[in-house]
Amino acid sequence: MILSVEDISFAYPRRPDLINGISFSVDKGDVLCLLGPNGTGKTTLLRCLLGINKIKRGRIRIGGRDISEMSARELARLVAYVPQAASVAFPYQVMELVIMGRSPHLGVMSTPTEKDMEIARSALARTGISHLQYSLFSEISGGERQLVLISRALAQQSNILIMDEPTASLDYGNQTRILKIVHELASKGYTIIMTTHFPNHAFLACNKVAIMKKGIIAAIGSPEEIITDDSLSDLYTTDIKVVSTKVRGMLSEEVKVCVPLMTLEAAR
Amino acid sequence: MQEHVHNSRLSHKILLLLMALTIIFFTSFLLGRYQVMPDMVITILLSKIISLPQTWTDNMETVVLQLRFPRIIAALLVGGALASSGAAYQSLFKNPLVSPAILGVSAGAGFGASLGMILYYPWWGIQILAFLFALLAVAASFLVSQIFGGSSRNSMTVLILGGMVISALFQAMLSCVKYLADPLDTLPAITFWLMGGLSKVTNSDVLFAFFPIILSCIGLYLIRWQVNVLSIGEEEAITLGVNVNLMRIIVVICATLMTAAAVSISGIIGWVGLLIPHMARMLVGPGFALLLPVSLIMGSGYLLMVDNVARNLTAMEIPLGILTALIGAPFFVFLLSKVKRGWT
Repeated sequence: MILSVEDISFAYPRRPDLINGISFSVDKGDVLCLLGPNGTGKTTLLRCLLGINKIKRGRIRIGGRDISEMSARELARLVAYVPQAASVAFPYQVMELVIMGRSPHLGVMSTPTEKDMEIARSALARTGISHLQYSLFSEISGGERQLVLISRALAQQSNILIMDEPTASLDYGNQTRILKIVHELASKGYTIIMTTHFPNHAFLACNKVAIMKKGIIAAIGSPEEIITDDSLSDLYTTDIKVVSTKVRGMLSEEVKVCVPLMTLEAAR
Repeated sequence: MQEHVHNSRLSHKILLLLMALTIIFFTSFLLGRYQVMPDMVITILLSKIISLPQTWTDNMETVVLQLRFPRIIAALLVGGALASSGAAYQSLFKNPLVSPAILGVSAGAGFGASLGMILYYPWWGIQILAFLFALLAVAASFLVSQIFGGSSRNSMTVLILGGMVISALFQAMLSCVKYLADPLDTLPAITFWLMGGLSKVTNSDVLFAFFPIILSCIGLYLIRWQVNVLSIGEEEAITLGVNVNLMRIIVVICATLMTAAAVSISGIIGWVGLLIPHMARMLVGPGFALLLPVSLIMGSGYLLMVDNVARNLTAMEIPLGILTALIGAPFFVFLLSKVKRGWT
C-alpha cells in the first residue's frame, strides 16, 4: 500500500467533526475517485492528505511513514496537489508557476537552476502546453489553467497526485483531455486521488470509487460495483439511472453512463 | 511576449538600473548651494578609503562628508527599505495594494517619535522611541492575529485587520500626544516629523539604520524563492513544501525591522513602498526572486532623486513625505492606466 488512511477524523477548533473515522488505502497506479454531494468533506479529506489540515485522530501513512512526522518539504516530495484552477493575485507567466513545482527539491535559500527549468519544460510538454509557457496565467482558458496546475504537480515529481475537482467547469473536450492525462499518468505508476461531481468520470478514468456521505466513507470499491442506480439516487437524493450502451470501436465495447432523471411530482 | 524567468534581457535590465543608480548617486553630491566640483567629490570620497594628499578645502570636506554623504546614503537606505518591504508584504499578503505600513509600523513610529518630543528627549532618544514603538505596534498586530486568528484559512485577513486596529489605536494615541504638546515648539516639530524628511540626518543616524536595513534585506533575499511561492497562496505553498508559518514570521520581522529603522530616521514617507514594487513588477514580472532586488534598487534611486528635489528645488526645504505623495498619487493613477492586465 503506497498510501493508507487509518481511522482519521478532523474538525476545526471548537467545531463539530467534518470527517469522522475514515479509513481506506490506495496502491501504486490506482485512481481513486471520491464522490459525494457538496459539503460532505471531500475537500477536507484531501486537505488532510496534503497536510494542510492537521488530523485530530488516526494516522495517514505514505510508504509506511506517518505524514504527521514529516516536514512540509518531505511531504511535498511524496504528494503533489492540483487545486481547482483559481486566479492568482499577480500576473505570473505559466512557466513561473510550473517551476514552483520544483520548490520541495530546492534548498530553503536557493532558487531553481537550469536543470529545474528543464524538468518544468518537460512537464509542460507532457500535458501538451509547451506553447503556453510565456503566456500569462490570468489570460488562458480554464482548461489550460488546469493543465498548467497538472504540469506544476508533475514538475514536483511526487508519485501521488491529489486533484480537487480537476474537471469542474470544463467543457466536454477539456474534461476528456484531463481524464486521459489522469489515465495515462496512472498507467505510468502515479497514484491519483481525485474528487468529482460527475460519476461518469469514475467509469472513464478510475479503478476505485469511494462514496462519501456526511464525513464518512459509505462505500468503496470498483466503479462497477459501487456506482449503481440505488447508491447514486440515495447519495444525491434525486433519481439517477446507470445505463450501459454499446459503442462500436471502443476498447471495452460497453460504456456505462449515469443519467439523472427529472421526475415531475404529477407524473408519479 | 516576454520571458520572466531566466533571461539575459532581465540581467541587462538590472545592470541598467544599477548604472542609473550609480549616476544618480554621484550626481547627488554635486547638487546644493555650495558648489563642489565632480573631481573633488571623488577625491574626497576616495580619501576616506585610501590616504591622499589634501587638495580640497575643509569646507568642501564638511559639505561632502558631513552634509551630503549622510543624506544621500539615508535616502538610498530609506527608499530601498520601504520599497523592498512593500514588495515583500505585497507578495506575503497576495495583494498588490498593500504598503509597508499595513501592520502599524508607521503609526507606532509616529507615536514613539512624538512621545519622545513632548518628553524633550534628545534626537537619538526620539529615534530609538520611534524604532521601538514601531516594533511594538507590529508585535501587537501579530499578537492580535495569533489570539483571534483561529484556523489557518483566514489568519492573514485577521493579521491585516489586527494591523488596522493597532494603527488606529496608535494614531489615536498620537493625537493625544499632539493635543498635549506645546503648540509653540513641540507641536510643529511633531508635525514636521510626520511629514517626513532627511534634512536632520547625520552620519550616526545612517549608522543606526544601516544594520537593521541591510541585515533584513539579506534575510529577505535568502528566502526569496519561498516568498515567491507564498505569493500564490498559503495552502498551495504548504503543498509545495514551504514552511509557511516560519516564512511568514521571517518576512514580517525583516520588513518590520527595515521599515522601523527607515521611518525612525526619516519620519513618515508614504507611497514609496506601494508605488515602487508596482513599477518593478511591470519591469521584471511578479517573481519575488527578481522583484526584491529590483524594488530595492528602484526604491533607492527614486527616493534619492526625490530628496534631491526636496533639498534643491526651493530655497526652503520641502518635506520629503509631501513630495513623495504629490508625485506618487498621480503616478499611481498613470500606472493603473498602463496596467491593462494581470491584477485579477
